[in-house]
Amino acid sequence: MGESQGSPRRGRTARASGAALAAAILLSGCSDSEDVPVLTWYINPDDGGQVALAQVCTEEAEGAYVIQTSLLPADAPSQREQLARRLAANDSSLDIMSLDPPFIPELAEPEFLAPVPDDVAERTTEDTLEGALAGAMWNDELVTVPFWANTQLLWYRKSVVEEAGLDMEQPITWDQVIDTALEQDKLLGVQGVRAESMTVWLNALVESQDESILANPEAPAAELQTNLDTEQGMRAAEIIGLIGTEGLAGPGVASMDENQSMLLFQRDEGSFMVNWPFVWPATNAAAEEGALDEELVDDIGWAQYPRVDEDTPSAPPLGGINLAVGADSLNQDLAFEAIECIVQPENQTEYFITNGNPPSSEAAYEDPALEDNFPMADAIREALENAAPRPQTPFYNEISTAIQQDFTPISGVRAEQTPAQTDAFIVEVLRGERLL
Amino acid sequence: MTTAPETSRRQKRESAESSKGKSADRKNGNNAKRTNRAKSEARLGWLIAGPAFFVMLAVTAYPIAQAIYDSMFSFRLTAPDERSFVFLQNYLTILSDTGVFWRALLVTLLVTVVTVAVELVLGFALALVMHKALKRIRGALRTAILVPYGIITVVSAFAWFYMFDINSGFVNNWFGWVPGIDSDLDWFANFGTAITVIMASEIWKTTPFIALLLLAGLAQVPDELVEASKVDGASWRQQMTRVILPNMKAAIMVAVLFRALDAFRIFDNVFIMTNGAAGTEVLSLLAYRTSIGRLEIGLGSAVSVILFICVLLICVIAIKLFKVDLASGTDSKGGK
Repeated sequence: MGESQGSPRRGRTARASGAALAAAILLSGCSDSEDVPVLTWYINPDDGGQVALAQVCTEEAEGAYVIQTSLLPADAPSQREQLARRLAANDSSLDIMSLDPPFIPELAEPEFLAPVPDDVAERTTEDTLEGALAGAMWNDELVTVPFWANTQLLWYRKSVVEEAGLDMEQPITWDQVIDTALEQDKLLGVQGVRAESMTVWLNALVESQDESILANPEAPAAELQTNLDTEQGMRAAEIIGLIGTEGLAGPGVASMDENQSMLLFQRDEGSFMVNWPFVWPATNAAAEEGALDEELVDDIGWAQYPRVDEDTPSAPPLGGINLAVGADSLNQDLAFEAIECIVQPENQTEYFITNGNPPSSEAAYEDPALEDNFPMADAIREALENAAPRPQTPFYNEISTAIQQDFTPISGVRAEQTPAQTDAFIVEVLRGERLL
Repeated sequence: MTTAPETSRRQKRESAESSKGKSADRKNGNNAKRTNRAKSEARLGWLIAGPAFFVMLAVTAYPIAQAIYDSMFSFRLTAPDERSFVFLQNYLTILSDTGVFWRALLVTLLVTVVTVAVELVLGFALALVMHKALKRIRGALRTAILVPYGIITVVSAFAWFYMFDINSGFVNNWFGWVPGIDSDLDWFANFGTAITVIMASEIWKTTPFIALLLLAGLAQVPDELVEASKVDGASWRQQMTRVILPNMKAAIMVAVLFRALDAFRIFDNVFIMTNGAAGTEVLSLLAYRTSIGRLEIGLGSAVSVILFICVLLICVIAIKLFKVDLASGTDSKGGK
């Protein structure tokens, strides 16, 4: 009886929710009946720019397809893990993927990525900056489409440079950076944490001497050799070790990632920092909120990545995101169509302004709106022309992990030991003789 | 208040009793023909336990068998065509690696021994406090003590990390007066300090678990025995060592075994705080990095199998050597 008494109200709510459910089914039925293919775009976390682009291109497609986004984990290695596992399991939902360049060979080698059609390749790489293009290739073929490209600049405090009497119009070397910090008792913003950023730094130091970490990138695992135990590798280790042993990166260097080194640079002890362009909007935002002194922003300058030796141009790190299509995607043609829409120069400019991620297309830098938001856009474009990718090999993860293990903490890096030790370690790991 | 471990222990005791009953049936069956009733009871037993048994097979035995099978291949997820059978080569590679595997094993053992020992002492003290507490505050006290155990390990690991982190932590600031601690101390840069923080976090988090198991043991000690010893003039210390501890030996062993198994599989704290840097890598993290990070399914499975064998060994040692009887919650001599 008690139940029947309560039933009218319950019946009404049940009916109401039933109606809502029916409406939901009808609505979804509607969109299904039109049979618009849904493309899933696996995106790395950003400030909402990729979601906005998905919407823009969905509208531009006028019903040809709908792009929905799916968020990948925060850090690049975890993104790689998820994508690799899905690709290996023949997941057909991987229509479009945002890929970090160093992991491209590993996914391209087993043919997990759908080949980029020639016409798409031609149209999307017409004016791609050289560094970004190099990162999109594997075995001399374009396997991904460059979307945005990242690189590091040398950020400096104008007051420090002035006191040291450095001419920042001229190329700066690591020796000058270190000497200035030592003389003025200041700290350097570098990334000493055991993470991907360690390989980024070491690679830039080696590449800036016209040498590469990998001696034979296209060799099979058992024959891969690294080039660290060379004059250039030792010089790179010397720079890293000197900063470590002199304590030039502060006591917290072992946990210093890109964000922490930015915070260090913003402090009074800050002098120089090598870092990605995100530091500019982040510092400005902090100043606007009042967390930082406005004067600090005016004290910040930028230049090209430091040289290792005076006469060789530096090769700044290359980062960014490329777009690829999964080999098991059921909508490959549409996915490439969508990619062409996403990487249009206007979209790249918009993405730069809203999310702070620099374009890979040269034309995208011509928008005058850039100058207000990113006065260093020209420096970034120049850096991207010279940027060098990290070792391009399907075994990048192994090589990078080994480097991270041997080169951290940076206070323990010795030019005579560390490079030779790392070379031997990598060879043993790649031959399957050791764990990593 | 009935707590989860108490309930599960009671269930185990009941199942042990029923299995005793079954073996009695079997004995009778040898002497005489099994009665219809015994047969139908056996059938009912299978009907009731069967589904659970098959689910267990599906979710534990199958993955274990698959891991053992996979561990004999050289198989990298991103090189599916190069998969090849290597038999025990992966195990040889692992066992001959002093720098990574044996070091990780030693660190794991260190964490297990230290955390279990400290937790046992602290847990016993907490159990005594909970046991003796006034009825009025007993509920609140038990809840307060249990709070750390209720926190998700990843969350507590982050809390401890940010507490000690040189960039955001307050520990260096608050404890600057302690010799050896100053604002320049990076806890996660050296093995000694890093492993100390990891173990402290582990101890903080799981001491309540041990305390709870010990509290159940304390409650099992008959009051008459304690009172009798008091009448006989035993000191507090004598009551402890002669009456209470011997009577809760089983509970202590169960607590130690459960915690040791748990501690041996430590992952979250290390993963969050150092991710294996500063020499703090443990076996679970090595297994994770090899199969998930490197996508080396064969080698990673072999590390997992070795981890599994270590856990089995701990179980066997505890049960055979220390005669822990998990089913009855008492030791095999029957002391209760």
